[in-house]
Amino acid sequence: MRHTISLLVENKFGVLSRISGLFSGRGYNIESLSVGETIDPQISVMTIVTSGDEQIIEQILKQLNKLIDVIKVVDMIDLDHVEREMVLIKVAPRQEDKAEVLRLTEIFRGRVVDSGPKTYTIEVTGDEKKIAALIELLKPAGIKEFIRTGKIAIARERIKKPSV
Amino acid sequence: MKMNGAEILIESLKKEGVKHMFGYPGGVVLGIFDRLYDDKDIELILTRHEQGAVHAADGYSRSTGKAGVVLVTSGPGATNTVTGIATASMDSIPLVVFTGQVPTMLIGNDAFQEADIVGISRPCTKYNFLVKDVNDLARIVKEAFYIATSGRPGPVLIDLPKDVTAMKAEFVWPQDVKIRSYNPTLEGNKWMITQAAHLIAKSKRPVIVAGGGVILSNASKELKELAEITDIPVVMTLMGLGGFPGTHPLALGMPGMHGSYYANRSIQESDLLIAVGMRFDDRVTGKIDAFAPHAKIVHIDIDPTSIRKNVRVDTPIVGDAKRILSVLNKVLKEEIKEQWGEVRNAWLKQIQAWKKERPLTYTYSEEVIKPQFVVEKIYELTKGDAIISTEVGQNQMWSAQFYKFDKPRMWLTSGGLGTMGYGFPAAIGAQLAHPDKLVIDIAGDGSIQMNIQELATAVINKLPVKVAILNNRCLGMVRQWQELFFSERYSHTKLDETVPDFVKIAEAYGAVGLRATKPSEVEPVLREAFKIKRTVFMDFVVDWKEKVFPMVPAGAAIDQMMFDEQKEKTEKKLKAVK
Ligand SMILES: Cc1ncc(C[n+]2csc(CCOP(=O)(O)OP(=O)(O)O)c2C)c(N)n1
Repeated sequence: MRHTISLLVENKFGVLSRISGLFSGRGYNIESLSVGETIDPQISVMTIVTSGDEQIIEQILKQLNKLIDVIKVVDMIDLDHVEREMVLIKVAPRQEDKAEVLRLTEIFRGRVVDSGPKTYTIEVTGDEKKIAALIELLKPAGIKEFIRTGKIAIARERIKKPSV
Repeated sequence: MKMNGAEILIESLKKEGVKHMFGYPGGVVLGIFDRLYDDKDIELILTRHEQGAVHAADGYSRSTGKAGVVLVTSGPGATNTVTGIATASMDSIPLVVFTGQVPTMLIGNDAFQEADIVGISRPCTKYNFLVKDVNDLARIVKEAFYIATSGRPGPVLIDLPKDVTAMKAEFVWPQDVKIRSYNPTLEGNKWMITQAAHLIAKSKRPVIVAGGGVILSNASKELKELAEITDIPVVMTLMGLGGFPGTHPLALGMPGMHGSYYANRSIQESDLLIAVGMRFDDRVTGKIDAFAPHAKIVHIDIDPTSIRKNVRVDTPIVGDAKRILSVLNKVLKEEIKEQWGEVRNAWLKQIQAWKKERPLTYTYSEEVIKPQFVVEKIYELTKGDAIISTEVGQNQMWSAQFYKFDKPRMWLTSGGLGTMGYGFPAAIGAQLAHPDKLVIDIAGDGSIQMNIQELATAVINKLPVKVAILNNRCLGMVRQWQELFFSERYSHTKLDETVPDFVKIAEAYGAVGLRATKPSEVEPVLREAFKIKRTVFMDFVVDWKEKVFPMVPAGAAIDQMMFDEQKEKTEKKLKAVK
């Protein structure tokens, strides 16, 4: 089962290697990882996508919590949340496919951020399904390469139900 | 007042109450060593290898409960500490290890004697620091001691670039430590504790399994009370020996690969395991799916990651063993008030029968010294009142089986990592902390050669450590596996004539060397050694064929034990020490 884990960590040098070392040392896998500053520059937020059975995920969460520099660990599966990832896709369509590529980009609310004589580079943001779908659709047109940021996730505001 | 980094370091150590440290000098730590040269309060013990320094600090810590402190130079000095740090890490021993580092400017340049020790030690420390600014030094030292000794203890490393130790700053000792991301849970959840009490009340065949956590949290008294008010027998893991009195009628000895028949049978037949400060290591559980098949499990541990890592747990209680056990005892006494007598009698009788059926024994011989006989004699002569360290292998297992520990912090052994070469320097560290105690390293002829250079440390510091070498001219434990599982193909385990003359080695270093080759000489040699107030090596030339039994083959369930067939044939039994 796939889990998206959000971590608040001290923005100190070496923190990333402590976390990646934990995954590699214990044989857990990281599908994607993204890091960035938060509103408090002393704290970074990391989003890690990993997979494993229930027991492995429990261990991963506990082991992350145990790291001295980790302030908070949240398994997004427990929360209503929004997930996003960005990809840059470089396609090299034949002349006759160019219109279709641009049409798809528009449908997926993407943008062409670079274009040359042979290629378009498309930027698109979305959740996992959307990105996978676009890549699938663009394949016949000839994807040269793509690069993904890794997933980021944020919890939705909890709206209290009005008590009746 | 402004001080340089070296001075701040020494002042900080004093604030932490450090009296002794172990170390080895080198280029980048010259400034610190210079500060120590005429310091009256802190004594640095020069070992003869950095690994020895770390093990010595570890033995110091295990025998006192305080953090052990180490100071070494950069590069090779730092990398030489790794085995010692990993040993401490696996057994949750608090250490603070200072390593010198090349000047900040040169870090990353492959400078002379540069090693990325922060990177190298990351997986085997609880935490580590690189000090980049002298103004942070005092705070980092304070945090390091706090992290090392609190929660689940462990080693912490501080890397000190040369320029940082020379730069000046105001010495400000922080009042207290607060690390927002580090708050170990100490109090156990009351509801869970009550649930555990009810499980205890309902159980018919309960067993307590005590681990090293009992010793680390100083919970022996509470554990004894729990066992006594509920009449529950206690099994102790290798790390837990001494956490409960080994001579107590409820003590069942060690479980697992070389555990007693009755400890393993009790676990396998039990309906409730109360695990305290232990982590279900594979040497304890054997085949995991076949482990304690009928038991519900209550697991008390300060480290949440230990819980449900290897075995299913019915009632997890995270927190400090001492606090949890005292609450549990209170609940049992005040709320449950069960009369256990009747229920327990049948169970205790059954265990008694197992004890009779297969006690820990060996075949005594008049001709050749049996290694178990030496351990038994050491126990007899010291009346169990010595600090015992061991190396790794058969010597370690025989010591665990045949020496009975009634008190905690008297047993120093590398359990998790199984580090050959641990015992002798650990004994040196313990002797330094307990000058009036008898400290004995029970060693193998292979292991003792891994840190034999520490003879110099013991002699020069007048530390009367005794080393009893069970000299079987083999890497005995490995040879045992080869005999049993590799058709006696002794690939690289027979040391034979290459074993040096330990008596002469001892003498060359200015220690005393004694030798026993016949069973009748064992006791006189031990008596003489214990009388002499000097470092003594005792070379016991023992039966090389002797094996450690019972033995659970790797991967088997813990009740699938092998026993000494020869002994079963001859029936010449000598009972284990009562
Ligand atoms: C540093 C290290 N290297 C290798 C081993 C693997 N090993 C475990 S026991 C053992 C043999 C130990 O021989 P010895 O010290 O003579 O003790 P004995 O088993 O004969 O009592 C070896 C090589 C180890 N535990 N530690």
